[in-house]
Amino acid sequence: MSSPDVPTRGPARSGPYVITGILLTIAIVVPLFVPAYSVDEPRWVGMPFFYWYQMMWIPITSALVGVSYWLVIKEDRRRRESVRGLTSPGEER
Amino acid sequence: MSGMALPLAAPDRPVNVVALTIVIFLFVLVAVLGFVAARWRRGEETGLHSLDEWGLGGRGFGTWVTWFLLGGDLYTAYTFVAVPAAMWATGAVTGFFAVPYTIVLYPIVFLLMSRLWSVSHRHGFVTPADFIGGRYGSRSLTLAVAITGIVATMPYIALQLVGIKAVLTVLGLGSSENVLLTDLPLIIAFVVLAAYTYTSGLRAPALIAVVKDLLIYLAVIVAVIYLPIKFGGWDPIFNSAEAKLGATNPATGKPTGVFIPGAASYSAYWTLALGSALALFMYPHSITGVLATKSRNTIRKNAAVLPLYSLMLGLLALLGYAAIFAGTVPVDLNGAINPQLVVPQLFLDQFPAWFAGIALAAIAIGALVPAAIMSIAAANLFTRNIYVDLIRPDATPRQEAHVSKIASLVVKFGALVFVIAMDQSAAINMQLLGGIWILQTFPAIVAGLYTRWFHRWALFGGWAAGITYGTIAAYNVVNPVTKAHFGGSIAAIPGTDTQVYIAVTAFAINLIVAAGLSLLFHAMKLPDGEDITRNSDYGADENDPKVAQIEREHPLGESGASTF
Repeated sequence: MSSPDVPTRGPARSGPYVITGILLTIAIVVPLFVPAYSVDEPRWVGMPFFYWYQMMWIPITSALVGVSYWLVIKEDRRRRESVRGLTSPGEER
Repeated sequence: MSGMALPLAAPDRPVNVVALTIVIFLFVLVAVLGFVAARWRRGEETGLHSLDEWGLGGRGFGTWVTWFLLGGDLYTAYTFVAVPAAMWATGAVTGFFAVPYTIVLYPIVFLLMSRLWSVSHRHGFVTPADFIGGRYGSRSLTLAVAITGIVATMPYIALQLVGIKAVLTVLGLGSSENVLLTDLPLIIAFVVLAAYTYTSGLRAPALIAVVKDLLIYLAVIVAVIYLPIKFGGWDPIFNSAEAKLGATNPATGKPTGVFIPGAASYSAYWTLALGSALALFMYPHSITGVLATKSRNTIRKNAAVLPLYSLMLGLLALLGYAAIFAGTVPVDLNGAINPQLVVPQLFLDQFPAWFAGIALAAIAIGALVPAAIMSIAAANLFTRNIYVDLIRPDATPRQEAHVSKIASLVVKFGALVFVIAMDQSAAINMQLLGGIWILQTFPAIVAGLYTRWFHRWALFGGWAAGITYGTIAAYNVVNPVTKAHFGGSIAAIPGTDTQVYIAVTAFAINLIVAAGLSLLFHAMKLPDGEDITRNSDYGADENDPKVAQIEREHPLGESGASTF
C-alpha cells in the first residue's frame, strides 16, 4: 500500500512472550492429557478424581491466563511507549 | 420406563402456576430491558444507523459488559439443557468433555483474538469474512467463510428454541393434541425477541445478559449446595450414576454410558474438547462479541475471568448425575423419554415452585441472549459479505444497518420454522454438522492473522476438502438403536481404529490440503490476491488511528483500499 506503514509498537523483547507461550501451552496440554486423570480414586467429598481434577484445572487455567495477561500487557505498554514517546493514553481499564 | 409403551396416551401436564407466573414476570422484565437498551450509550450523531452501532453495540464494551455478554453468548441455554442431558443419558464422554473444552478454550482465545480485534478495529471489519476479504483479496474465500458462518449459525439459533421449549414443556404449557397451542408461547417469545433485537441491536442482549447470568449463577449455586445435602452428599449421587451408566443397554448389548473413560475413549474425549474449543471462536456470534469490545486487550482480560462460567457449567453437568440419583423422569408431551427435559424437571421436582420458576426463567432467558447475538452476527455476514460485496458495493452505512436489521428478522423466522415444522433431531444434526463445518474456516482466519504464506486458492481447496470429508463422515455415523444417520460426532481416523471427533480429522485434512496446494500454487506462480492489511495493523490499539484516518492524513493512498 502506498500510505506509510506507521509502526504501532516498538520491537518486541522475546522474554515475556516465551514465558507466556509456556504458560498457555501448559494450560492447553495438561487438561487434555486424559490418561493422567481417568481414574476413580482418590475421591474428594464423594467426587471421583476424574471429575474434581478437571474442575480444579478451571481456576488453574484462569490463573495461568491471568499471569500471561499481566506479562503481555506490561511488554505491550513498553513497546507502545517506545514508538510514541511519552504519550500513552491507551491504558487498559 | 413404561413411557415408550403408551405414546400419545400420556395425560397433559398440569400447569405449575407459581413457576409459570415467575417465568412470565422475568420474561416481561427482560423484554422491557431489551427495548430500553436502544438508548444505552447511544452515539449522539448517528443513532443506531450503522453496523458499528446496531451490529457491534458501538464497539465500546468494556471488561464487565463483555464478561456478561460473552458469558451469555458462549454458554447458551442449549448448553445448559444439553450437557446435563448428555450426562444423564450417556455420561462423561458425551457430557463432561464440556469442562476440558471450556478450559482449553481460553488460552486459545488469549493467543488469537486480540490480533483479530486489532486488524478489524483498524480497518472497520465487522465480520470474520470481512477480514478474509481484506487479507486475501479473494471473493470466493470470503464467500466461503461467510456462508459457512451463516449455515453453521442457523441451527444453533434453532437449538436455543429447543432450550425454551424444554422449559415450556416442563411448565405444562402445551399438549400432545393441539400443536398450535403448544407452539404459541414459543412464537410469542420469539416475536418479542425479534422486535427488540431489531430496535436495539447488540445492546439488547448485552443488557439482558447481565440479568440472565445473575439468575443462572443463583440457580446453579443453590442447586449444587442444596441437592447434595438433601441427597446425602456427592457419594451416593456418583454411585448411582456409576451403576446406571455401567448397566447393559438391552438395545445395543453395550454399557449405557461411560462413567470414567477407558483407554479406548481417550482420543475421543480430548479431540472433542480440543476441536470444540478451536471451533467456538470461529462462530460469527463469538467474533461479534470480540469485535464489540472497547480495546485490544479487553478480550485477553476476559480470557482470564470467563472461566468462572466453565466452573458453573461443570457443576451444572453434575446435576445430570444428581437427576439419576433423584430418579427424575423426563417425559415429553408424546409420552416418550426426552433427556433434554431432565434439568428443568429436576428443578421442578426438587425445589419450591417459586425457586424452580427462577431457575427455569434463567434457562429460557438464557436462550434469548445467544439467539439475539447469533441472528445479529448472521445478519452482519449477509449484509457485509453477500449484499454489499455482491449486490450493492456502494451501500451507505445507514443502508447496511437497515439490511442487517431485516436479515436478522429473516434469520430468526427461519430458525422458528426449523423448530416448529421439522423434527427436533434435524436441528441437532445440523448443529453437529455446523460444528464440523465452522472449524474448516479456522485455517484461513487464524493462519491469516499471522502469515500470508498460505495461498488463497489453497485455503479454499482445504476448506472444501475438510467440509466434504466432515459431512460424509458424519453421515456415515449410524445410531446403533434407531439406525438413523448423523448418529454422533465421533468416527475412526480413516485407516485406523482410533476414534476421534470428526471435525478434528477434517481439520487435519484441511490443513494438509491447504499446505500442499500452497506449495504447488507458489511454484506455479499463481497470482496472490491483494492484501490491504499491514503488519502494524495486527498490534493496533483503540487510540491508534484507523485506516480511513491514515488515508485522510496521507492522501497518496489508493482510495480502493479503504472501502472496508
